Amino acid sequence: MGSQQADVGLKKTMYEEMVLIRKFEEKLIELSQQKGKLVGMQILANGQEAVAVGIVKALQPDDVIVSNHRSHGHLLAKGADPKYLMAEIMGKATGVNKGKSGTLHMAVPEVNALMTTTIVGGGPPLAVGAGFAQQYRGTSNITVVFFGDGAAAEGSVHEAMNLAALWKLPIVFVCENNCWAGAQSLSEHSCLRDIAQRAVGYGMPGESVDGNDVEKIYALAKKMVLRCRNGKGPGMIEAKTYRMRGHGEHDHQHYVDKKELEEWSRLCPVKRLSESMLADGLVTEAQLQTIDRQIDAKVDEAVGFATESSYPLPEEALQDVWVEE
Amino acid sequence: MAVLSFGQALKDALDVAMSKDDGVFIAGEGVGVSIHYNPNLPTHGLLEKYGPKRVKDTPVSEAAIAGLAVGASALGLRPVVEIMFFPFITLATDMLVNHAAKLRYLSGGKSSFPLTVRIKAGVNFAAGCQHSHNLEAWLAHSPGLKVVFPSTPADAKGLLLSATFDPNPVIVIEEMLLYWMKGEVPDGDYRIPIGEARIVIPGNDCTVVSYGGSVYTALEAAKALLDEGISAEVIDLRSLVPLDKVCLLDSVRRTGRLVVLHDAAKFGGFGAEISAIVAEEAFDALKAPIKRVAARDIPVPVSPPQEMFNKPSSEMVIAAVRSTVGKR
Repeated sequence: MGSQQADVGLKKTMYEEMVLIRKFEEKLIELSQQKGKLVGMQILANGQEAVAVGIVKALQPDDVIVSNHRSHGHLLAKGADPKYLMAEIMGKATGVNKGKSGTLHMAVPEVNALMTTTIVGGGPPLAVGAGFAQQYRGTSNITVVFFGDGAAAEGSVHEAMNLAALWKLPIVFVCENNCWAGAQSLSEHSCLRDIAQRAVGYGMPGESVDGNDVEKIYALAKKMVLRCRNGKGPGMIEAKTYRMRGHGEHDHQHYVDKKELEEWSRLCPVKRLSESMLADGLVTEAQLQTIDRQIDAKVDEAVGFATESSYPLPEEALQDVWVEE
Repeated sequence: MAVLSFGQALKDALDVAMSKDDGVFIAGEGVGVSIHYNPNLPTHGLLEKYGPKRVKDTPVSEAAIAGLAVGASALGLRPVVEIMFFPFITLATDMLVNHAAKLRYLSGGKSSFPLTVRIKAGVNFAAGCQHSHNLEAWLAHSPGLKVVFPSTPADAKGLLLSATFDPNPVIVIEEMLLYWMKGEVPDGDYRIPIGEARIVIPGNDCTVVSYGGSVYTALEAAKALLDEGISAEVIDLRSLVPLDKVCLLDSVRRTGRLVVLHDAAKFGGFGAEISAIVAEEAFDALKAPIKRVAARDIPVPVSPPQEMFNKPSSEMVIAAVRSTVGKR
């Protein structure tokens, strides 16, 4: 009974977090269509929320994540405050990185979202370092690095996975296969249908999972994370999902088959979880509506905070290059 | 004070750092068991002393080696990683230029990356242009990286120790052909502040600025020039980033003349930056045009006469200094 309740609680939390990510990014879509509200390109993970939440839910607060250009979901799932993320996305001084990062490379060390890089394939070598430090210090913490199917074609990913396996580093490599690398579909940049097969070549376990099913992702992540925490070395998860938007909001997906988009929208991870919870009688429609309203308020609060915040001073651009002794 | 070779002095620095702080580890291709076995190499014997946990031989994976340093430093370790030959840095450059140098800035000053990258540099050992290519200007052109290039055993130790304990990423460029050169080296935790140049020999007529192995070319030239009554002041920059502009400009204001020397190619080289700074900030003190003495703008050749032809010689420095003082 106790574990069942915990299970219900977990599902509800995962649902809330997925809705937060969805609504946070939907707000970015809305704001990006209004001139002068946001700075820089908006690269969104709409439709990939289950990967961020399912993976991060299997982690402990001290575990480290390394993210990429499509990071909002990862950061929110790890516990970053949406207010400071929104302010950063607007380039404001109150942003999580004082406006130095903007939307693309936000790092939130407070929640151990320690490094985010927009260099495709840049994350895995950084994760090698983080995982090495955790192993070196004898902690039981692990590192998760999120990268895409596009990044899987980078040489740095190969080097990182080989070294991680060789040294049995506590790293879970999470390949979010969203079927697109820029405007190139998976079949245009890889002969493999399952990127997870590459894990075999490094001597680590690799498994593919339905990337729009948060419960399945969570279950696989728990297994991989535990193995990693027990010193058995790295593993790879390929979460098969779909990039529902363009590469960025500037990209209107003229190259995407609309039928394919429709099919994937029926597999929406947020909808799937809510429907399954309703079917199991774990929540009521009214409860879901309450969650929606609460999240709306949270996102509106973030936008309000960010909008009212000031920009940094021009000359503050000179700060934060060096650690001054 | 002990008499050590340049390579032994570097090893002494690593030894002191590792015994002082258990967060210091070293990694690279053959830093433990090496194809280049020699007691004058900087990591010689450290595996035996500190064991494989702290002396990590890696696969041939420069991007992963550099990434290891960046990621481990983000969690508070002090990695000292090695790049076997300077041109191999190209394979690690993304991790250094886009990550080591920028992630602190991108974090808004929240994170720091106290890592050190040792690069083994050298021209004129007949290995060709994919093993010999001094790319210090590339690295110095990436804000967020400190770059040092020592020329003596004592400086090598002092700068490497400072680099290891610096809270910022530091690139230490080691002139391999100097590994065997001996000199007096202070004992213990001897550090030289990064960013301080050194006047190697004082002079009145012309400032000759150099760093790394080319300092010895400058000294040879200065000695010959003295015989003909020209007094050259030789400055060893030691650190390219941050640069000791005070030492540089003070010297030029005294001598009124400047010759810049390095073993890297001339076009777009670090000498151009030195020349530009002096032209911008001490033009009024100049009595003659600035001269640069550098390698040719070609890949480093292999064949001995061509290799010699390419490397800046003391004769070239002598000619440059003579021209600044109006002698032919």
